Amino acid sequence: MEEIKLKVKNFVVGNFLFGNADGLDDDTSFLEAGILDSTGVMEVVAFLEQQFGVRVDDDELTPENLDSISSIGAFVSRKLQA
Amino acid sequence: MCGIAGIVNFAAAEDKLPLLRRMLAQLQHRGPDAGGIFARGAAGLAHARLSIIDLSGGGQPIHNEDRSVWVTFNGEIFNYPDVREGLEARGHRFYTRTDTEVLVHLYEEEGEKMFRHLNGQFSFAIWDEQRRRMLFGRDRMGIRPLFYHASAGRIVFGSEIKALFADPSIPRRLDGQTLSDVFSCWSPIGERTAFEDIRSLPPGHFAVFDERGLVIRAFWRLRFPDAAESERLAERPFESWLEEVNDLVYDATRIRLRADVPVGAYLSGGLDSTFTTALVKRHFNNRLSTFSVAFSDQRFDESAFQREAVAALGTAHRECRCTDSDIGRIFPRVVWHAETPILRTAPAPMFLLSRLVRSADYKVVLTGEGADEIFAGYNIFKEDRVRRFWARRPDSKLRPLLVARLYPYIFGGPNSKSQSFVQGFFKRHLSRTASPVYSHLLRWENTGHLKGFLGAEINAANGGLEAFIERFTALLPPEHNEWHPLSRAQFIEIQLFLANYLLSSQGDRMAMAHSVEGRYPFLDYRVVELAARMPPRYRLNGLKEKFVLKKAAAGVVPAQIVDRPKQPYRAPIGRCFFGNPTPPYVEELLSERALRQTGCFDVPQVVRFIEKCRRQEGSLQAERENMALVGILSIQLLDHLFIRQQPVAQLESAAADDAAGRGSGVEIAVMP
Repeated sequence: MEEIKLKVKNFVVGNFLFGNADGLDDDTSFLEAGILDSTGVMEVVAFLEQQFGVRVDDDELTPENLDSISSIGAFVSRKLQA
Repeated sequence: MCGIAGIVNFAAAEDKLPLLRRMLAQLQHRGPDAGGIFARGAAGLAHARLSIIDLSGGGQPIHNEDRSVWVTFNGEIFNYPDVREGLEARGHRFYTRTDTEVLVHLYEEEGEKMFRHLNGQFSFAIWDEQRRRMLFGRDRMGIRPLFYHASAGRIVFGSEIKALFADPSIPRRLDGQTLSDVFSCWSPIGERTAFEDIRSLPPGHFAVFDERGLVIRAFWRLRFPDAAESERLAERPFESWLEEVNDLVYDATRIRLRADVPVGAYLSGGLDSTFTTALVKRHFNNRLSTFSVAFSDQRFDESAFQREAVAALGTAHRECRCTDSDIGRIFPRVVWHAETPILRTAPAPMFLLSRLVRSADYKVVLTGEGADEIFAGYNIFKEDRVRRFWARRPDSKLRPLLVARLYPYIFGGPNSKSQSFVQGFFKRHLSRTASPVYSHLLRWENTGHLKGFLGAEINAANGGLEAFIERFTALLPPEHNEWHPLSRAQFIEIQLFLANYLLSSQGDRMAMAHSVEGRYPFLDYRVVELAARMPPRYRLNGLKEKFVLKKAAAGVVPAQIVDRPKQPYRAPIGRCFFGNPTPPYVEELLSERALRQTGCFDVPQVVRFIEKCRRQEGSLQAERENMALVGILSIQLLDHLFIRQQPVAQLESAAADDAAGRGSGVEIAVMP
């Protein structure tokens, strides 16, 4: 789980924050903090599918699953265990 | 339609001719047909002419009977025959047939009260030799531009900022607040421009410059009715409003055909331009020429609708097809003309369109611009309405579904995968309905994330979203928050977007780049005032936009065009600048060295973003990243073109076919 979160964090910092991780912790809401908008989330999904070999279904595309590093960590762990 | 420039210097004797000539040279694209200069005493006026009315006798500057009042004028006074008649009745003698000449005589009669008599699109400067003062005026909606730099006892002004920069004493510095504001709301706000200490005279304002200094006042403001007045107006039946819309749009179109050269029309394939085109074709000119832009990228292309309109109306139509690499190639010249940072490439196709018009030997076109602002055509007005509806029941599952329906072109429609993220996004600030800027909060906040690319110094000086809201709210009239929410949202959109982006970066500057004058029937102040006065439900009915206008158009526009869902005018971005191929100037201007030199950016952050653009060959999914790319690149271009004075031709990758200056052999008449 920690490893997943670290990879996700590196992706978000590199790809959306362009290196500036100020104010980003594991529970920061991507939407609240304006890190992602609804167009950006598709990039996250593509990354998860490619990096972890999981498949994200349409009905799983919710803020509950994907709106912070922690929630993605938990979501991906669940998927990998399933 | 023309370019104007001038100087007043009360502080010192100054040989004005050399500077006036240099200023004119910078404005030649606006007026390639002739040039004129007046210089005497403290004042100098210059004029680059595009001949449209009184082709042989309309040379400017123009004077009154005893040559004590002189004007340099850009634009059109559409009601000049009526004004002239009144002035002749009062004994004024005219030596031309121009609309320009009414200005000097009207000034003699009315002084700064003259503006209420004018229906037009104008910016001008009138020098009153006896009272030793210059009067400046700019039309109500801000269709024509006027920029100035004032210092103690001296003012330099012009239609474009590049003319002001012909004066080496004028500072050349990018304005940090404007960079910050553009990265919030897309345009500079109030009187600001991209450059420090260079100001724009606001729409509907006049200014007087005399030995005591510069005084600026409004002569017209857009007003919406308050609650009491709305109640009274609500009694008037819809049919009566509809009839007045029909009458005024007809008349506004009619008087905009006044010209001694043929008038063409832009045809976007949407309702607004099809409506005015249909009116012209049916009532005034059966052999009308129309022009449109088509995109090779299908996501942006509207040519199918344009062809439908052409087939139904029977106009002689020409179109130019715009590719991604066209936009990348001409972008330096687009920014040279726009003179401001932009977040969209949408001006670029308009630049190509005006070139097409000019190559077909047209100088004047009608356009449908403005109808979306005054008759509430934009999605942001619906978004405001839906969010207010949702805010009354924030836990509703159904109400937010309306939001995604508004933006199918961004979010892929109501069944799109990212649906619940869309909702999460639009739920931000849902409860702040009391804010005067509620309609625009989300957009500003989302755009405002671009400020992460600006340097720490600029961000510290200008603050975040709340600081921007405070700055902008200070510009609103006190009664703004008593208006209907739709009127509030429309006022903000007009205040921010119309004069400072749409009519300038996408309008005047792109058309005048090829000496073409746009005319805007929907921005006739009588139409604007009528739309503002009518009950809001006749503008936005439920979620049906431009309700009354669609009814009005139904008689003359094909039904499939009236009924089609509105498609916002947009142009491609990322792929224009990367991998397709990447123009050399893009590599040069977005290099770490060049970014550092400008001194406006968080350089490591921008460098990493540009690496992503390069890696993905410009395929950027997020809207915000597309805006960031255009914003950063346009700031770099401004820095190179205006601060470092690198010639635009040097930056253009391929030799742009219109790079060669036009009209270099124009004769300049020096008066008196």
